[in-house]
Amino acid sequence: MKQKKVNEAEGKAPKYKSSISNSVFVVFNTIFMIVFVVITLYPVLNTLAVSFNDGTDALRGGIHILPRKLTLQNYKTVLNKDNLMTGAWISVARTVLGTITALLANAILAFIVSRKRFMFKSQLSLFWVITMYVNGGMIPIFLLYQNLGLTNSFWVYIIPGMISAFNMLVMRTYMQGIPDSLEESAQLDGAGYTTIFAKIISPLCKPVYATVALFIAVGQWNSWFDAMLYNRMSAQYTTLQYELMKLLSSVSNQGGSAETMKNALSSAAVTPTSVRAAATILTMLPIICLYPFLQRYFVAGLTIGGVKE
Amino acid sequence: MVSKQIKAKEPKAKFNWKEFKRQKVLMFWAALFVIYGVIFCYAPLVGWLMAFQNYKPKDGILGSQFIGLEKFIRLFSDSTFLQVIRNTLAMGIINLVFTFVTAIAFAILLNEVRSKFGKKTVQTISYLPHFLSWIVVTGILHDVLSGTGIINELLINIGVLNQPLNFFAHPKFFWWIVGFANIWKETGWNAIIYLSAITAIDPSLYEAAAIDGAGRWAKIKHIILPGIKPTIMILLLMNVGNVLNAGFEVQYLLGNGLVQSVSQTIDIFVLKWGISQLDYSLGTAAGIFKSVVSIILIVVANQIAKRSGEERLF
Repeated sequence: MKQKKVNEAEGKAPKYKSSISNSVFVVFNTIFMIVFVVITLYPVLNTLAVSFNDGTDALRGGIHILPRKLTLQNYKTVLNKDNLMTGAWISVARTVLGTITALLANAILAFIVSRKRFMFKSQLSLFWVITMYVNGGMIPIFLLYQNLGLTNSFWVYIIPGMISAFNMLVMRTYMQGIPDSLEESAQLDGAGYTTIFAKIISPLCKPVYATVALFIAVGQWNSWFDAMLYNRMSAQYTTLQYELMKLLSSVSNQGGSAETMKNALSSAAVTPTSVRAAATILTMLPIICLYPFLQRYFVAGLTIGGVKE
Repeated sequence: MVSKQIKAKEPKAKFNWKEFKRQKVLMFWAALFVIYGVIFCYAPLVGWLMAFQNYKPKDGILGSQFIGLEKFIRLFSDSTFLQVIRNTLAMGIINLVFTFVTAIAFAILLNEVRSKFGKKTVQTISYLPHFLSWIVVTGILHDVLSGTGIINELLINIGVLNQPLNFFAHPKFFWWIVGFANIWKETGWNAIIYLSAITAIDPSLYEAAAIDGAGRWAKIKHIILPGIKPTIMILLLMNVGNVLNAGFEVQYLLGNGLVQSVSQTIDIFVLKWGISQLDYSLGTAAGIFKSVVSIILIVVANQIAKRSGEERLF
């Protein structure tokens, strides 16, 4: 009797009287959640099935989440395409290098503006916050990069987007929560700002660094427009996403009729659709593989940064 | 509250050379960041002058001839541009309304799921699409809506259609396809912030309501919705300024010649005129129009929020 009362008081989820309307709600809510999950996952699983299916066979339709005529030919075709492989290497390079440089730059900037004694901290913050709302727009930026020699260059992926005011503010918020006494006692021991940043603040900021690094890395991996706009003429700096986009437009421009697609191909086993499915899966792969391990950092970051500002 | 206490202790920043020298490392890096920002964020603003010029690349911004508002007049007498504004606004508003409503509804319903495992699984799956690029998402969407895709199959099986429909060939579907793509990609992600706001609601409110005999709907209506209202308002304000920004990648990737009249947005217009047709001045003028309207929208929304005593951005 007593035990039961305690349980009731501690019950975390709000309790509802078991009534018909309640059961109906629970049933409908469960169905809704299942439908939601199906709608979210089905398209991805369908693409996965098509990517493992014989291309010509797939044109008949009717493939859902399991391949009908299993083959690895689509993946072999993708891996043998030079432009896709170049794109993959450039994508990996820009993701690794771009994440390291941008993380470091944002961290240093956040460190500076979160120092209480820094004389121009509010001015410097404002300087960057303005950039969140006002920017020159596509054409002036394009001309600027052209003048700086950033077009037809790998560095256009790394240098211009290094600082993001939003990421900087997320980090600043986190750093402002670290007690001043740590910095003060280090200074008494003779530590300079470089030491304080590297040895004291940064180790404490690992969670926020992880979150921001992930945001930057996903952004780098997924970005395609910069490759199209600035490096259209330089095939050696193409990215995986841009190559995938070219595949996509080549497929959708065929008019969608199965017959024209078949005729357009020399090899019968693969079609543009099936090759694109394989390329899509390969492009998703790094994110899907890392996602289960890293998703808590994504969420942590959104709740650190999203509510503030 | 904490930040207020800290602020009170802060020493007044007075300029003196001793302090300046002590901070010279910070000053050095700050100066570097300012130079970087001036080059990459502020210098392009000088390019706005091009919109008032007959810009010729060989003359540069300093040498080109000023022509006043001629480009803007041309822009607004062009019926395509008016169409483009309509498309941008329509899709921006559809996206804003639908992603908002679905995210809030999803967060509330997910919060009602009792099984901890079920809740976590659904949530983890729900924000996976957020991390896929638009290239991947539009590719998947093409498959789903293709002649042999699941949507056509379902519609034929339940007898709505007799033969497969090419959804991308009909202008009337385009805005809704874009809206659905946005919902599919962002609902779970946007819901995270509402879920954390719901978790922050004082549990004693639920208990009090239960004593008063409140049912599930009453609790959602009188406790949860008012509890997350500040979050909703802040996000609404932040997103109103983005209404005109909400249209580039999807429309560019999904659009085709057949639906051009409804798929073109301001950004695509800028790309087409500025980069492809090399009319830098006209493209810049369209870009300026977009930036100015966005800023006005943010300021107006903020003022309305301030008047009605709601949360606000600045």
